[in-house]
Parts: sequence; structure tokens; C-alpha cells
Amino acid sequence: MMNFPQAFSNVPGRETLARSQVFRRTWPFFIDLCVAAIGLAVFYGIVRICMLWAGPPSEQMVISLSPRALPQYAFYSLVRIFLAYVLSLVFAVGYGYLAAYNTRIEAFMIAALDIMQSIPVLSFLPPVMLAMISLFPTRHMGVELGAIFLLFTGAVWNMAFSFYSSLKSIPRELREATNVYRYSQLQTLVQLELPYAAIGLVWNSVMSVAGAWFTLMPCEMLHLGNKDFRLPGLGSYLQTASDQKNGAAIAWGLFTMVAIIVAIDQLIWRPLIAWSDKFKFEQVESTQRVSSPLLHLLTNSNALAAISRRTLKPMSEAIYAKLAQQRVARVARLAEHPEPAESTASKVIPWIVLAIAAVGVLYAAQHAIALIRPVTGAQYLELLKGAAATFLRVNLSLLLAAAWTIPVGVAIGFNPKLARLAQPLAQIAASVPATALFPVVLLLLIKFGGGLGVGSIALMLLGTQWYILFNVIAGAMAIPTDLKEVATLFRFSRVERWKKVILPGIFPFLVTGMVTASGGAWNASIIAEYFNLDGKTLTILGLGEQITQATADGAFPIILLGTICISLMVVTTNRLVWRPLYRLAETRYKLG
Amino acid sequence: MPEAIIRAQRVEKYYAQPSENRIQVIAPTDLSIVPGEIVALLGPSGSGKSTLLRMLTGLSTPSAGEVFWHEKPISTVEVNVSIVFQSFALFPWLTVLENVEAVLKARGMEPEERRRRSLKMLDTVGLDGFQAAYPKELSGGMRQRVGFARALVVEPEVLFMDEPFSALDVLTADNLRSELLELWENKTIPTRSIFIVTHNIEEAVLLADRIIVLGRNPGRVRTDFKVGLPYPRDRKATQFTQLVDYVYKVLTQPDEAPPDLPQAPQAGAAPRTNPYQMLPHARPGGIAGLLELLIDHGGKDDIYRLADDLAFEIDDLLPIVDAARLLGFLKVTEGDAEITPIGTEFANSEILHQKEVFRKAAVENVLLLRQIVRAVETKSDGSVSEEFFHDVLDEQFSEEETLRQLETAISWGRYAELFDFDAGRRRFTQAQRLSGEMDETEEAGVESEG
Repeated sequence: MMNFPQAFSNVPGRETLARSQVFRRTWPFFIDLCVAAIGLAVFYGIVRICMLWAGPPSEQMVISLSPRALPQYAFYSLVRIFLAYVLSLVFAVGYGYLAAYNTRIEAFMIAALDIMQSIPVLSFLPPVMLAMISLFPTRHMGVELGAIFLLFTGAVWNMAFSFYSSLKSIPRELREATNVYRYSQLQTLVQLELPYAAIGLVWNSVMSVAGAWFTLMPCEMLHLGNKDFRLPGLGSYLQTASDQKNGAAIAWGLFTMVAIIVAIDQLIWRPLIAWSDKFKFEQVESTQRVSSPLLHLLTNSNALAAISRRTLKPMSEAIYAKLAQQRVARVARLAEHPEPAESTASKVIPWIVLAIAAVGVLYAAQHAIALIRPVTGAQYLELLKGAAATFLRVNLSLLLAAAWTIPVGVAIGFNPKLARLAQPLAQIAASVPATALFPVVLLLLIKFGGGLGVGSIALMLLGTQWYILFNVIAGAMAIPTDLKEVATLFRFSRVERWKKVILPGIFPFLVTGMVTASGGAWNASIIAEYFNLDGKTLTILGLGEQITQATADGAFPIILLGTICISLMVVTTNRLVWRPLYRLAETRYKLG
Repeated sequence: MPEAIIRAQRVEKYYAQPSENRIQVIAPTDLSIVPGEIVALLGPSGSGKSTLLRMLTGLSTPSAGEVFWHEKPISTVEVNVSIVFQSFALFPWLTVLENVEAVLKARGMEPEERRRRSLKMLDTVGLDGFQAAYPKELSGGMRQRVGFARALVVEPEVLFMDEPFSALDVLTADNLRSELLELWENKTIPTRSIFIVTHNIEEAVLLADRIIVLGRNPGRVRTDFKVGLPYPRDRKATQFTQLVDYVYKVLTQPDEAPPDLPQAPQAGAAPRTNPYQMLPHARPGGIAGLLELLIDHGGKDDIYRLADDLAFEIDDLLPIVDAARLLGFLKVTEGDAEITPIGTEFANSEILHQKEVFRKAAVENVLLLRQIVRAVETKSDGSVSEEFFHDVLDEQFSEEETLRQLETAISWGRYAELFDFDAGRRRFTQAQRLSGEMDETEEAGVESEG
């Protein structure tokens, strides 16, 4: 038996090398008090939410503009985001799991995911709210559920795809290890699949929640003619403040918005990202690590460790022991009576499910067609005109965004000092949902004589230019220095530099940014084209305006046609334009 | 003869193609693992040795044939085996102790008992003190030790190893090998048999009681013999080097029956009626380098000695030897490589003439290149799509192998200026030969003067 030299054996303090710890436990009891206080606050919050949701729906939502009401409104908004997120996470994990392990329906599920991901969620905002009101006429809960449903629809697909692709890319040998060492499905999920997917899920959660804020604001602001669907929250506060031209209230509202975003970033995302470092699959210690003091405090908390020891561990031990017993029993049974390859039940059930689904789809399709039938040719023409207008608007905003973000992004990306300065600023600017700022922006524009024509493009820009900017910065940073040096050495002109080095270098990143921006712009068109400010309804010709107007008028056929049309346009653009560009980026413009 | 723990009976692995053709990965093979033996499965890459290992452990099902565990079909019983993987297959988010305990947890063992056994096993492999470390803090050798501890803590009857030392540096690998032998000989571990898959001939001769050599295209047993040397084995001893030489002989004569065979080899080896020529994956630069080395050694040398000199393993050297042989630059007899006159000409010329010699040899001997050149020449626009040849090769080889064949053909074709390849449009086009154009203008000049 080989003995390691003394230096490697039981050296005291080995623990300190194993986990680099910055803080040590200094106030254990204080932390326990904090945990208890948080628990109390959560309980109170649940009670208040129930009070709001179970109450009767208010015909005209009254929003108080006093700053003292702000924490309450912020709380309501936060609760909506939180509930939608938890729902999406659970669904995403389930969906990804099913898709990864069922080859028969995998292709279908992923295609569905792709389409669902491209459909602009906000295009369903007016009809969903209308439906929810009719479902829950006596309770405020209907509108809340509508909002949460929309948030869920926006947040779930990218997380599902992330989980699915993590599952598919698990190294073969790790899987074989779980196979040969007789891991139960639960153990594989907990010890292999979830940890492997953790980093992807965390980053996609950040993106999903940011998207959820963007979607929530319009939900809270929705006011169609005489129908007031508004929800008490930060969005409606900002809108009411803009309505009444109350500068102080606007300032308070914006301040709270930014404060909340920063708080979520520091108190939730940063510790999560630091923790997810543990799940990195690279086998080398990385030098750059996100540190989070909060994470250190939590991992050192006495109370949390004790809770885990007393409840989680014994429970998991019992479960694992039970699963092992079951497996042994199953194997013994198998040895006695070898099972036939596939039982008849497992063969028939999928077909039955498929049949039921097919019947459901046909029924819905037939009714949809019946609904659309009374639409006249003139109305179709109107829709096409609207679609063309929105299409032009979206692409114009993309061009404008690219026009300023590419030079700025490249400048920042090439200059590390500038990048360090600009990055936190840009991040904060990007995480404030553009839709929250819309009423304020519109107010300013109207004051200076503008209208929804400029305003709609401004909104689309506000919401989407950050995607392109960040991607261009990342792309510029990724261009290898030797390529830049070759350009300098061989005295490339500025045009040459851009044509041969910079633009091809950032191309893959640019495509990614543009795709996201394009989706966001279509999404924003719903509220950018029809907005209710100070009792007046501002509109401009476009598909989004037509859908919202149809909802206000109760013209269901137009609603259906409009949402179909907008979804078709986005999906088609994806297939015809962005996909081939992606392929080009992967083959010709990939570095290394 | 003790009862075999695992027995494979005419196991086969193939992919069915839509056109009735089967791509055989492993030809019908018989294999048995008996207690008290270390068996080494040796073969070049592509010989299906990893696939065979996975069939023997039950991880994958054979397309035909049956595997038995203690004479019961493997699909109906729970086999007691462990695998040590080439890439260690540790979970990076678990500590060393948690990694080892995880497999006992899967069997439903109590926490205290788990911890006791895991700590004891970590001690046995020499990792005492590292139990709270994460894998990314450990070196490669230590990670593989964790892999061993995890494999052995469940007390498997057969320990399988899939190229366990190939990701480690030479010294660490040597170290771990001798430790493994110590554990085996002192019976510190209750494992009754070890099955190691490797492409390192020396490693196989160092460790194994029995060596099975696989050939490829399709994968089949070429020879299966016992190594009677006592442990510990000396690399420099004559018997050792003779065995290594013998294996090289077997591997460099893929189409002949191996010499002095202790057992019948081609049990069920079904060669295809018309084996399509397979391009060895070597670069013209590598071929030139090997030939120059041979000339340095007097034009003829033992392949084993060449490998030793270059510190190449069989997967590095054999493709180059095969390529040189295919082009007629080399002759292989009895494990010795001898350069031919054309090979000497190739190695000694300067660049342009080298290309000329290579071009002639390639067109004469390599079917795929001849086909491409002829196709490009006969088409009116002088270009052929890659798809066409992909479909032809797809009939004979797996998708991965087809792509590699095309890549090698393109690399040879471009070097020899037989044709050009447009990577953007994926088409073979006619070669733009500068020397050819000059010849033409010279001829025209001569004519006009004359």
C-alpha cells in the first residue's frame, strides 16, 4: 500500500483549503433571530395577499399616489412575479424531463417549445384578461390569475429548454456510472441531473424574471376603454402618477422600481450565482468567482444547518432505503417471471392519449374557424395593413438599436476600463423594465409635441436595445487579440478593420442579440400601439393596436385572427431569417 | 475449468441501414471471463472494444447473441460489477467521500455503515485525509483513485476498466498500475476477476493474465492468448518484449491469419464479401516523417522499436504505417517495416516532387481518390457535391467514420493537388494547378516559335 508523503496526510485545518471561507460565524444568534423575523413577515404577507385576492373586483381601481402606499404595491408586484416563477420552474423541469426521456414525443415537444417561445406573450394580454374576468366575475382573483398565467407563459419556455438541453448533454460516462451503480431515478435526478442543469437554470431564471417584470407592468396597467383591468402594483402606480402628471410620485415610483431590481439582484441572484459555481462541470478551479456575503452568512447559519439535519436528512435516508428495497424486490420478481418486452397497457395508453388530444384539437380548430368565418375581406385587409405597419416598426427599431449599440458596444468591448465602468450602469438600466417607464416617456413626448408614432418606436427601443448592446460587448471582448494585432500590423484601414475583423467577429453574438430584441419588440408592440393615458386612448395603426381595440370592443373574431397573425409573423421570421443566420454564425463565423 | 462469471455467446453489434446493408461494429464473438484472471482487451480505436465492454456489463444490449451472468441471461439478473472510467466520471459537486458513499446509498445502506466502509476504502487507495475535498481540487491520479475507491466499495465480482490510465501522465499511470496489482495479489479486494480495455500494448502485457486482441472493420477477436509471466513484470525482459512484438505483428497484418496461434481466432468472423477500402487517418506530413525516420534507421526496422523511439501508441503509429503501406511506400513483413524504392524517392525529394510522387501513388492505390478525380473530370462544370460520396461511403461505414474518411480524402487530395474542395459550398472542384498552366504556356510558346 502506497503511502502519501507526510504533507498530504491528515493535516489539521484541511477544511480551510477545501472551501475558501471568507467570513466565520460571528453572530449566530442574531442570524437565527433574522430567520425567525423573516418567517413572521412571510406569514403576514400571505394573509394580506389572500385579503386582496378574495375581495370583490373593483370596477375602477383607485391607486393611491402617496409614497407610503408604495411598499404595499411593490409587495403585490413581487408576489405575482414570485408565484409565476415558482410555477414556471416546476413546469419547466417536468417538461424538460419528459422531453429528454421520451424519444417518441421529444421532437414534437421541442418544436412546440420553440414555437411557444417565439409567440409574443403580450399579444394574449387583452384576451386572457377578458377571459379571466368572465371566469371569475365576483372576485378580484381572476385578473390576478390572468396576470400570473401570462407571466408563467413568458417565463417557462427558456427554462424548459435549458433543462432539456442540460439533460441531453450530460456526459455519457456519468450516465453509465449511475446505471452500473444502480442509482434509482430519484437519486439520478437529485445527484446528477439537477446539479448538472443548475447553472443553466439559474441564468435562465434571471432572464425569465427580467422578462416577467417586463410583462407584468402592462398587465398592471391594462385599461381598455371602460374596462379597467388594472392591478394594484408598481406598474399601475407609475401609470397613475403619469396620468396625473405628478412629478414627485413618478420619482418615488421609479426610485422604488430601481431599488427593488437592485435588491433582487444582490439578495437573490448574486448568492444563487455564487452557489451555482459549485456545479460547474469544468474540472479546473476558475480564477474569477462571483462572491456573495449573503451566501456565506446563510451557509454558516446555525438554524438552517440544524433544520437540514433534523428534517431533510432523515427523510432522504428513509426514501433511499425504501427505493433500494423496492429495486431488490423488483429484480427478484424479474428473475422468477421474466416480464414480456412491453406490456399491452403501455402500448395502448399513448395511442388513447393521442386520440383524445387529436379530438380536442379538431374541436377547437372547428370552433375557431366558425368564429373567424364572419370576418369580411375588408377586415382582413385592415389586419394585413396593421401587420405590415407593425412589421416595419419592429424592424426600424431593430435598425436604430443596432445603429447605436454596435459602435458603442464595440468601443466598450475593446476598452476594459470603459467596460468596467459601463457594465454596472448598463445592467441597472437594462433590468428596469421598459414597460414601467412607458407612461413617463409618453408623458414627456406629449409635452414636447410628439405622439405614439415616435413613442411606439421609443418603447420598442427601450425594451430591446440592451440585449443587442450586451451581446455586442460580449462579442467584441471575445475577438482574439491576435486578430486585432494582425489588423494593426498590416495597417488595415478603418473600413477594412470593420469588414474583416470586427463585424465577422461579433456576428454570432449580434445574431443572438437581434433575435431576442426582435421577439421583445413584437411583444412590446401590443402596448406600444394602444395606450391609455389620463383618460385618453392613444393609438397608432398596427397589429397590436388592432388586437387591443378588438378586445375593448369585444370583437372576438378579430382578437383571434390578430393573435394568430402576430404569432405567425414572429415564427415565420424566426424560421426564414434568424435560423439561417444562426447556421451561418455556427459554421462560417465561429471562432475556434 | 472454473465456471465463467460472465460469458458472451456470439454477441454481435450492428447498425441496420435503410438499404438492407448492415454496418457491423462487432462481428459474432465469443468471450468468457473466469474467476482469478486479469483479462486485457486490446485493440486500435474503432475496434469496438468499448462497445464490447458495455455489452458484457449489461449497459448496452447486443444486436444478436446473448450474454450470461453465472449462466443466467444478463437481462434477467442484477450483475455485481463496477466500472472505472477513462474520464473518471466523478460528480464535481460532491466531495470525495460523498462520491464514494453515493453508490452505497443507492443500495440502501445505513449512513454510519456507509461512512465506515467508504472511509476504509479511501484509506486502502491512499486517499486518507482527502474525504472533504472536491474533485476539482485533486490531480488526475487522485481522481482516478476516487474512481477506484467507488468501484471497489461495492465489492464487485468483476471489475471492469475502460482505458482507466489513458488520461493520466506516464508516471502516475505506472504508479496506479502497480498499486492495482498489489491490491489484486494481496487479495485486499474481494473482486474475483478484472477486465481491462486498453489500447496500450505495454500496459496489457504488464497487467494481464490473458490478452484478447481485437481487429477492426469489423471488430472481431484476432487472437486470445495467456501470458504466463510472473508478477512483477520487467519491461526490459526478453519475454516481455517478445510478447509486445507479437501483438504488433498481429495488429499490422489485419487481413492475414495471425502466426503461431494458441487458439482458433476467427470464431464466426464474417468478412464482408467486398470489403470497401478504408482510408487510414494519417496526414501526408506524418507519412513523410515516418519514412524519413526509417531511412535514418537504415531503411528497415522493427515496428515496436519505431513506436518506442517516437513514444507513439498503436493508435498514433498504425494509421501512418497503414497509410504508407497503402500508397506503396512501405512493406510490412513479420512486424518489421521496410521502405520501398518509391518510398525512398518520396522521402528524399523536395516539396514539389514529393507531391508528384504522392499524386501518382494516390491515384494508383486509393479507390476513393480515383473516384473523386474521375467524377470531377467528367462533369461539365467540373464540380461534384460532397453529398454524393457521402452517400456512397455511408453504405459501408458509420456516420462518424464516413465523415472522417471524407476529411482524410480531402486532405490527401488537396495535398496532392488532385482536386480542390470548396468548404463553403461543400463541393469538389478541379485543381488549379500552377505548374500545369505554365506547361501549357510553354508549349504554346514553343509552337508559335516553331
